Amino acid sequence: MANKDYDKDLFVPLEREDDTSEKISRPSLTFWQDSWMRLKKNTGALIGAWVLIIITFMALAGPFFNDYGFDEQNLIRSKLPPKVQGLENIDWLPFQGTMHRTFEAETLEDAKEDAINRFKRDEENIEMTVVDDGSNGGPAIVDAEFDVYANQGFEDEYFWFGTDTLGRDQWTRVWKGTQISLYIAVLAAFIDMVIGVAYGGISAYYGGRVDDYMQRIIEILIGIPNLVVVILMILILSPGILSITIALTITGWIPMARIIRGQVLKLKNQEFVLASRTLGASDSRIIMKQLVPNVTGLIVINTMFTIPGAIFFEAFLSFIGLGLQPPVASLGTLIDEGFQSLQTFPYLMIYPAIIISLIMIAFNIVADGLRDAFDPKMRE
Amino acid sequence: MARYIFQRIVYMFITMLLIATFSFFLMKLLPGSPLMMEDKLTEEQAVIIKEKYGLNDPVPVQYVNYLANLAQGDLGISFQQDNRGVTKILIERAGPSIQLGAQALIFGLAFGLLLGIFAALYHNSPIDYGSTFLAVIGKSIPSFVFAGLLQYYIGVKLGWLPVAFWEGFEYTIMPTIALAMFPIAIAARFMRTEMLEVLGSDFITTARAKGVNRLGVLFKHGLRNALIPLVTIIGPMAIALLTGNLVIENIFAIPGIGDTFVQAVMTNDFPIIMGFTLITGFLFIFIILIVDLLYGVIDPRIRLAGGEK
Amino acid sequence: MENILEVNDLHVSFDTYGGEVKAVRGVSFELRKGETLAIVGESGSGKSVTTKALMGLIPQPPGRIKQGEVLLEGKDLTKMNERQLQKIRGRDLSMIFQDPMTSLNPTMKVGNQIMEGLIKHQKMSRSQAKKRAVELLEMVGIPNPKARINQYPHQFSGGMRQRVVIAIALACNPKVLIADEPTTALDVTIQAQILELMKDLQHKTETSIIFITHDLGVVANVADRVAVMYAGKIVELGTVDDIFYNPQHPYTWGLLGSMPTLDDEESELFAIPGTPPDLLNPPKGDAFAARNEYAMKIDEEEQPPFFQVSDTHYAATWLLHENAPKVEPPESVQKRMQGFANTGASEKGDNA
Ligand SMILES: Nc1ncnc2c1ncn2[C@@H]1O[C@H](COP(=O)(O)OP(=O)(O)O)[C@@H](O)[C@H]1O
Ligand SMILES: [Mg+2]
Repeated sequence: MANKDYDKDLFVPLEREDDTSEKISRPSLTFWQDSWMRLKKNTGALIGAWVLIIITFMALAGPFFNDYGFDEQNLIRSKLPPKVQGLENIDWLPFQGTMHRTFEAETLEDAKEDAINRFKRDEENIEMTVVDDGSNGGPAIVDAEFDVYANQGFEDEYFWFGTDTLGRDQWTRVWKGTQISLYIAVLAAFIDMVIGVAYGGISAYYGGRVDDYMQRIIEILIGIPNLVVVILMILILSPGILSITIALTITGWIPMARIIRGQVLKLKNQEFVLASRTLGASDSRIIMKQLVPNVTGLIVINTMFTIPGAIFFEAFLSFIGLGLQPPVASLGTLIDEGFQSLQTFPYLMIYPAIIISLIMIAFNIVADGLRDAFDPKMRE
Repeated sequence: MARYIFQRIVYMFITMLLIATFSFFLMKLLPGSPLMMEDKLTEEQAVIIKEKYGLNDPVPVQYVNYLANLAQGDLGISFQQDNRGVTKILIERAGPSIQLGAQALIFGLAFGLLLGIFAALYHNSPIDYGSTFLAVIGKSIPSFVFAGLLQYYIGVKLGWLPVAFWEGFEYTIMPTIALAMFPIAIAARFMRTEMLEVLGSDFITTARAKGVNRLGVLFKHGLRNALIPLVTIIGPMAIALLTGNLVIENIFAIPGIGDTFVQAVMTNDFPIIMGFTLITGFLFIFIILIVDLLYGVIDPRIRLAGGEK
Repeated sequence: MENILEVNDLHVSFDTYGGEVKAVRGVSFELRKGETLAIVGESGSGKSVTTKALMGLIPQPPGRIKQGEVLLEGKDLTKMNERQLQKIRGRDLSMIFQDPMTSLNPTMKVGNQIMEGLIKHQKMSRSQAKKRAVELLEMVGIPNPKARINQYPHQFSGGMRQRVVIAIALACNPKVLIADEPTTALDVTIQAQILELMKDLQHKTETSIIFITHDLGVVANVADRVAVMYAGKIVELGTVDDIFYNPQHPYTWGLLGSMPTLDDEESELFAIPGTPPDLLNPPKGDAFAARNEYAMKIDEEEQPPFFQVSDTHYAATWLLHENAPKVEPPESVQKRMQGFANTGASEKGDNA
C-alpha cells in the first residue's frame, strides 16, 4: 500500500521554530469570558434577563405612564374593568372596559330581566345577544355585555388594568406594588449577602476555635424554619417595609454563610493564597484581594436565588394577613385584595399574579443559567 | 455515628428551647397578651388564664411553668374560641390538613419523579426541556397564585370541580394539585439530575455490557440508586407543604390547621398563632433530624465514604 | 489461526459544543481465537472509545460510529440494532472496566449481579444461576463464595471486587473478553494477582482477550500481540517480540523509554515531550510529528501509511519509507531493548 513516489525533499528533518507542540491551539479564555460565552448561548436565561429588565423598568416608570396616583381613591369610578386605547374594539382581548356574562332562564324574557338586574338596570349600556331563545325546549340563553365605563360616565377615560374597589387605578398600583416587592426583596438579599459573606468568610478564614463556635451557632439557627422566624418577627415589629425586610434576613443569611464558608475553606489552602501569605500580606488584604474574587460567582448565583425567595415570602405574608398595611401596595397585598373579589372582578388578581409569576420564573431561570455558566458541574 | 446522633439531638433541643423561649417572651410583649386583653375577657376567662399562666408568679417561675406545660403538650388557651385549649383545637383541625398534605405529597412525588425520569431518559430532547420548564414554573409560581387561578378557571368559569369546602374527594382535587406543584417541581428536578448522574456511572455500563435491556438498566440498576438521595429533598418539601397548607386551606375554605392559623392572624388570637408556630417549628426540626439520620444510615456508600453527615 | 473478531477502518466521533471530536480515526486490527491482543497508548488515545464501539456502548448522542465495520465471526456488529446487540453483549462479547470501585452496582447483591447475565443469556433458573455464581466466585479465587454472593459490593476490597467483575464478565463463557485497564486502579501486588488470574482463566477457557493498558510493563506479561495507539489511530502492530525487540515507531520508542525498569540502575527515565494533539482539529499530517524528534517535512504534509516490517509486524511512520534517512532509536531505548532480549520480555510484567 505504501510505495507511491514521494519527493526526496520531503524526507529531510523538519526544522521548527521553537517548540510547536506547546503552542496552544485555542485561545484561552478567562473565567469571566468563558462564563459569559456560555451564558450567551443560554436563550432561556437571556429571555429571563430581558423580562427582569423590562419589569424593573416598568416598576420604576410605569406609575408615571398616566396621571392617576397610586392611592387616589374615587368611589364613583370603582371596579372599572381594564380598557386600553386601540385595543378596546378587539373582542377577544380583555381590554374593552366591559363586563361579560351569560344568563340562563326558562324564558327569554326572564333571562333578559336577569341580565338587566345584574347590571344595575342600565339597559342603555347593556348589549345583549340571544344565544338560544328557549323555543326548542331548552333554557333561554342570553349573552350580555355591559359597558361599565359608559354606565359610570367615564367614557373618555382609560384604566389599563382597571380600577379596584376604592376606584384606584390598578395600573399605577400594580407597578408601584412591583416596585415595593422588588425593593424589599433586593434589600433583603443584599443584607443576607453582606452578613452571609462576612460570617462565612470569617468563620472559614480564621478556622479553629472561631470556626467551631460560629458553626455551632449556625447549626442551632438553621433548625428554625423561616416561616416561624418571619411570623414571630412580624408579630413583634408590626408589618411594614422595614420590618418585613428585617424578618426575612434574620435567618436568610445562613445559606450564604454556609456556601461561602465551604468555598473559602477550599480555596484557603490553595497555593496562590499561601504564596501571598508568605509574602507577608495581611489577613484582610488576602480576603479582599484573593478570596472574594474567587467566590463572586457563588455570591451572585446565591443572591439570584435569594431574591425570588424573598419576593415569595413578602407576598405570602401579605396573603395571610401579616404583610404590608394599606395604603402601601405590594404584589402580595394586591393579590390578596384581588383574591377577595376574584369571582366578580378577576382582573384585580390576574395582573399582579402574572407579574409576580413572571418575576419568579425569570429570576429562577436566570439564576439557573448563571449557575450553569459559572460552573457546569455545580449543583444546588 | 452514635456521637453524631447524640450531637444532633442536643442541637435539636437547643433549637426548640430557643423557639419556645422566644415565643414566651413574645407573649409577654405582645399587645394582645392575656394581661392586656383582660378587659375583653369575661371574669371566668380571666380567672382561668391567670391561674393557667400563674400570672402572679415572678417571670422566671412563669417561664419554667410555661416550659413544663409545653413539655406536656399544653399550648395554652385560645382567646377567641370560648377558652378552649389550643392543643385541642389544633388536634381537631389536623385531619383535613394531614389528608391534604399526604395527598399532595404522594401525588407530587409520584408525578415529579416520573417527570424527572423521562427528562433524564430523553436527555436534551423536547421532553427534557418541557419537563424542565414545568419544573421551573412549579418552583416559581407561588402556590396561592396558582391556587387562585385554578379556583377561578377550573372552579368558577368551567365549573368542573367544586370551588371550595371539604365535603368529599372531589373537593380535595384542586387543593391537592395546587399544593403539589412545588413538590412536583423539586422531585422532577431532583430525579433528573440524579438519574442522569446514575445513568452515566460505570456500573450502568457494566450492566449494559452484560446485555441487560433498557428497562432493566433503568429500573433494576438506575432507579434504585437514583432514589437513595431522595431523603435530601424531604426537608424542602416539608416546608413547602407546611407553608402551602396555610394559604391553600384558606383559599379553598378547608377546615384545617392552616386555615385556623390564618383566621387567628385576622382575629389576633395570639395563643393559636403561637401554638401553631411552635408546632410547625418542632415538626420541622424533627423532620430535619430524621432526614439527617436517615441519610447517614440508608446508603452504605455514604457511610463508607465517610461523607459529611 | 482463525480470526474471531475483525475491525476494519473504524471511525468514532463525538459531537460536542466545540465541534466534532474525532476520537477514533480509522482503526483496523484482527483478533485471533485464544490470543491476547494488547492495545497500548497514552490516556486519551482512543483505546476505551474503540472497545466501547466494539460493544456498541458508545453513548449516542454525543457519540457515533462514523464508518467502519466490526465483524464478530463474520457478522457486522455496527449494523445491528440495540436489541440484537443485547443478545451478544455478555454472551459473546463481554467487558471488564478500569475501576472496580465504581463498576459494580452498590445497591445490588454481588450474587445477583453475576446471575443477571446467566438468567438472561443461558435461560437458567434462579437456583441454577445461583449455583453457577458460587462456582464462578470460587473460580476467580474468592474465598467462602456461598456467603459472599449475598453481600454488597462495599463489603469487598478493591482487588476482590475486580475478581467479581471478572466473574461477571466470564459468566457466559464469552468468545471475546475486553479488559479496559483492569489493573490500573489497583495496588501493585493486587495487580499481579489479577493478571495471574486472567492468564490462568484464559488457559482454561480459551477466550480471546483484548487487553487495554497504558502500561507497557503489563503488556509484556500478558499479551501475544500488541497494538500501539496514538491520537485515535494504531501506529504500530506486532507480536510482543516485535514491539519489544524491534520497535519501529518513534512513539513506541518513547513508550519503551518511559517504562521504569528495576534492573536498570541509571534508570534514565525518558518522557515524550509535549502533549497529544487536539482531536477537534487533528493535524493534516502525522499526528505524532509535533512531538517527534525525527520528524521530517513529509510528516507535516501527509499521514504515513502502514509499512510492513515483517509478516507479523507493521508500523505507520515515514521513517520506514525507502527515501527516509536511516535512524536508530535513542540510546536509552536501545539499552532497554537489549535488556528485554537478555532477560526475556515476559519478566517485565512485574514492573508496574
Ligand atoms: N462522551 C465523550 N464526549 C466527547 N469526547 C469524548 C467522549 N468520550 C471520549 N471522548 C474523547 O475521546 C478521546 C479518547 O478517549 P478514550 O478512548 O477514553 O481514551 P483512552 O485511550 O484513555 O481510553 C479523548 O480525547 C476524549 O476526549
Ligand atoms: Mg480509557
